[in-house]
Amino acid sequence: MINFQYARAVSVSEAVRLMAGTPGAKFIAGGTNLVDLMKMDVERPTALIDVSRLPLDTVEETPGGGLHIGALVRNSDLAYHPLVERRYPVLSSALLAGASQQLRNMASIGGNLLQRTRCAYFYDVATPCNKREAGSGCSALGGLNRMNAILGTSDNCIAVHPSDMCVALAALEAKVHVTGTRGERVIAFADFHRLPEAEPQRDNNLAADELVTGIELPQRGFETHYSYLKIRDRSSYAFALVSVAVCLELGGGRIREARLALGGVAHKPWRDAGAEAALSGQSANEATFMRAAALVLSKAKGFGHNTFKIDLARRAVVRALSQAAGGTPQSQSNKKIA
Amino acid sequence: MAPYIGTATSRVDGLAKVTGTAKYAAEYNAPGLAHASMVGATIAKGRITRIDTTAALRVDGVITVLTHENRPPLADNDQAYNDDVAPEGTPFRPLYDGRIIFNGQPIALVVANTLEAARFAASLVRADYLTEPHVTDIHTKRDRGLAVKDPITPLDALFAPPKQRGAPGPALDGADVRHDGEYYVPIEHHNPMEPFASTAVVESDGRLTIYDKTQGVQNVQRYLCSVLGLKQDDVRVISTFVGGAFGVGLRPQFQAVLAALAARALGRSVRVVLTRQQMYVLGYRPAMIQRIVVGANANGTLNAITHDAVTVTSQHENYYRQETGWSGLLYSCANAKYAHRLAKLDLPTACDMRGPSAATGVYALECAMDELAAALKIDPVELRLRCYSDRDQHDNRPYSSKALRECYHQGAEAFGWHTRNPEPRAMRDGSELVGWGMASGVWDAFQAAITVRIRLSANGHAEVACATSDIGTGTATVMTQVAADMLGLPLDSVSVLLGDSTLPASPVEGGSWIAASVSNGIAATADAIRKELLRLAALMPDSSLSGTEADDVGLVDGMLVSRRDNARAVSIADAMRHSAVDQIEREITTNPIEDAARAHNTHSAVFAEVKVDEQLGVIRVTRVVSAIAAGRIVNTKTATSQILGGVVWGIGMALHEETAIDHRFGRVMNANFAEYHVPVHADVHNIKVIFVDEADDSNPLGIKGVGEIGIVGVAAAIANAVHHATGKRVRDLPITLDKLLGKPS
Ligand SMILES: Cc1cc2nc3c(=O)[nH]c(=O)nc-3n(C[C@H](O)[C@H](O)[C@H](O)COP(=O)(O)OP(=O)(O)OC[C@H]3O[C@@H](n4cnc5c(N)ncnc54)[C@H](O)[C@@H]3O)c2cc1C
Ligand code: SF4
Repeated sequence: MINFQYARAVSVSEAVRLMAGTPGAKFIAGGTNLVDLMKMDVERPTALIDVSRLPLDTVEETPGGGLHIGALVRNSDLAYHPLVERRYPVLSSALLAGASQQLRNMASIGGNLLQRTRCAYFYDVATPCNKREAGSGCSALGGLNRMNAILGTSDNCIAVHPSDMCVALAALEAKVHVTGTRGERVIAFADFHRLPEAEPQRDNNLAADELVTGIELPQRGFETHYSYLKIRDRSSYAFALVSVAVCLELGGGRIREARLALGGVAHKPWRDAGAEAALSGQSANEATFMRAAALVLSKAKGFGHNTFKIDLARRAVVRALSQAAGGTPQSQSNKKIA
Repeated sequence: MAPYIGTATSRVDGLAKVTGTAKYAAEYNAPGLAHASMVGATIAKGRITRIDTTAALRVDGVITVLTHENRPPLADNDQAYNDDVAPEGTPFRPLYDGRIIFNGQPIALVVANTLEAARFAASLVRADYLTEPHVTDIHTKRDRGLAVKDPITPLDALFAPPKQRGAPGPALDGADVRHDGEYYVPIEHHNPMEPFASTAVVESDGRLTIYDKTQGVQNVQRYLCSVLGLKQDDVRVISTFVGGAFGVGLRPQFQAVLAALAARALGRSVRVVLTRQQMYVLGYRPAMIQRIVVGANANGTLNAITHDAVTVTSQHENYYRQETGWSGLLYSCANAKYAHRLAKLDLPTACDMRGPSAATGVYALECAMDELAAALKIDPVELRLRCYSDRDQHDNRPYSSKALRECYHQGAEAFGWHTRNPEPRAMRDGSELVGWGMASGVWDAFQAAITVRIRLSANGHAEVACATSDIGTGTATVMTQVAADMLGLPLDSVSVLLGDSTLPASPVEGGSWIAASVSNGIAATADAIRKELLRLAALMPDSSLSGTEADDVGLVDGMLVSRRDNARAVSIADAMRHSAVDQIEREITTNPIEDAARAHNTHSAVFAEVKVDEQLGVIRVTRVVSAIAAGRIVNTKTATSQILGGVVWGIGMALHEETAIDHRFGRVMNANFAEYHVPVHADVHNIKVIFVDEADDSNPLGIKGVGEIGIVGVAAAIANAVHHATGKRVRDLPITLDKLLGKPS
């Protein structure tokens, strides 16, 4: 852990200004990820710019019929927000599948979006890791990689983005609102996180001085046919081996529209347009689900310890689709898989 | 007054613990206390060629950085580093020289005015190494193990594989049914909630008081004196409360040496607290590869069993326990043979962890028995009853008591075992397959020499003192209950002193021997007090007790009372005041009663229900019944907690726990509670604990101890239930869902 400066921002513009003027600084919100990483010497910010008191902690309806969620809304507050529970239950469910109640009480939406991978080597400065130290090598390749990616990997990094919430946001096609020194912009969720490619040290496409101010949910929430299914090594308080967010619109016994996002399998929440297309227009039955699942995993690649995830993900996709289609979404309090 | 022994008495220190007034090793303060942060090696084997502390020393508030190059003197011979429970070998010497023998080994200690400065500076210490090839994987050394040597001393015999009996080879050849299986348990770490810590306080006269997290204050005290070359009176070790230790606190740990060393170097009090990650280099349950072959007759009697084990230890010490012998002990079987080899790896030395050797050895045995039951088409409980033995199979001697049969009956009854469909995959609940499995458990009922001092005051207060630790098991509570009953006092008239090296001698607290040892010690000491009271009472004019024999009086409600005629009674206070005695003090050492003609063990029968999602392999342990035979239960509440904790740990052993080492680096990669999984609340469902009546006369109070037995057998019961549910036999722990995907085996 290093010595650092600390400043509390009172406005978004001040936060952005402070960030732009302080090389090596980082924003801190709930601190549940950043402080751990600082203790482990992985993050060594020169300064912390505390954004936790910024007035970005509200959930408001948008003129377009959607919701705007401030970046500082707590994970637990969002999960239990009546509008979210009613209209975007897949998001509420995904949030409740993550971490523990204590962590969710501290964790912010912005911090959740920007949380870093849990790859064991990333966390241990005594081992090589391209994400932590560009060019040092990827220890997970040929090492312990049970928790690592099977899709969208590169020779430089096979880390996964560990968030549950983001998987639901990907399925819901949320937008990320950000503000930097050059002003505000809106990033489509699919364009927010990156694949590792040649630059695994970059998790996302946010510029160094940009602050996430909020998330916008479109009007459609898929409140009837949805599920968030998280498969993990113990019943709670564990990151996903594989998770699946499903949102369906059904009509006349057929799938009108399907959204399918996977967590725990890639450097970003994984969507597959081909698989979604293969679902739409089809009748909601096991054969359809299996075809879609096979498509999602068709390009998957295992690295030894995590190879089982390919089969597991396939099965989880089928199950989550049937849960959603049957209107029996996975409960997050009863750990029995529906 | 109703007796306290046998009741569900709440912990005497419960309020202090939950309100935070109970102080743990890292919570003691002293004027000018300095804070230290340890730096660990980042290679598994080699030598430090250069260690650079300049950047660390430049940090504001840093007082010093101790390394092997500038540390105060340390003893230079192995004997000095020995301790009460050290295995044979060359004990590790912290900061002794530049040799690295395991990854994470302490190489420097940064001492600063604040913890923050110490921790920051610690991150700036740089070491260059000359690395040497290392091996940390048991599998690469499984065929090159060092055979455990034949026993020379009785202590060796406790741990070495027992002698072969009969002719297992031919017996196996002639068996109607034979099962041959290999089972694996990975390295596991103890992970007590409280971090390892030592606060070394320099007293005004220069002596050291070390507040330490340990299971044996006197063991640490002797060790520190010899390692630092100090006189016995110069060091006092205190450990009043321990937030769990589970075996990793049996041996003195390096943070105590580091704290004492720094305090000596600076003449200033110093605290060292290990981080969670650093606790992964203290000690661990050794990984174990074991092969069991059992041969049986068609009627379900055993005719032979062989058990071969390979377990992990370090290059520098040969740690092992009785990993194989349980197999030949538990069931009636004329032929048995054992082999135990050690895979010596470039790791810290393995150490005792909850139910050491039995948790792992009995796991394999009880899975093998389940496989045998399936092959014989005999119900698993029935098979165990057919092999039941009332005699210790190694030495062909009776048990002092063995109510395992009642455990089977009462456990099965409470679980509803008789409705079990024996076919695997035959029971389901919606998308889940349901499985029922069971296993037996066994542990030793040890007792050790111990010294207890009691001071009884004329105002009716008793102080009971013994250096034993209370590692969270409830020792202080049990001591209070026993003393209150033996002295005829209410609970709150008894206070207990423990966890202080200046108190009367106690062995380390482990192996489930303290409850029996200290309770009987208290009973013996209270007896001596009672005799003295009777002597004083008889001195009183017209004493109603004059002429009464000591055995004929008891202490009840502050009175000495004749057991024959309770009208003949004298108040304790009156008897003492009459002779102007303010306090009676007795200190007595009790030794276990010699009873080699009988075997002394505790037993259990564990029944588990699992539900496994058929498609996804997700496992839930929905019910466990654990029926325990462990002599007299002094406190049904703390004892139940011990068993519940053992069962939860067994769930972790079966499904979650595994220390993940990257063998390229020889380094633990999941050294934290997020990634090293133990069960969380959601993994724990219905657990029922049954204590079966078991009268035992091996010691006056009939106590056996319950610290270890709760975990033994649990992993096997769960593994057997998983097989019953899925038809898949997973012999490698932990049973993670990936091992269940795919076709039934
Ligand atoms: C033991 C443990 C288990 C967990 N399990 C799960 C799990 O199962 N599933 C899951 O999804 N998550 C899990 N988490 C992660 C948890 O969700 C994140 O730690 C949390 O969401 C981070 O939010 P925070 O506000 O605390 O972020 P911080 O720690 O404050 O910040 C995290 C990162 O985000 C940046 N940041 C924060 N806010 C902003 C902003 N507004 N704009 C730009 N950058 C910003 C920070 O600079 C930092 O880099 C777990 C965490 C722990 C410690
Ligand atoms: S997978 Fe990525 S994060 Fe993990 S070691 Fe490789 S480069 Fe580092």
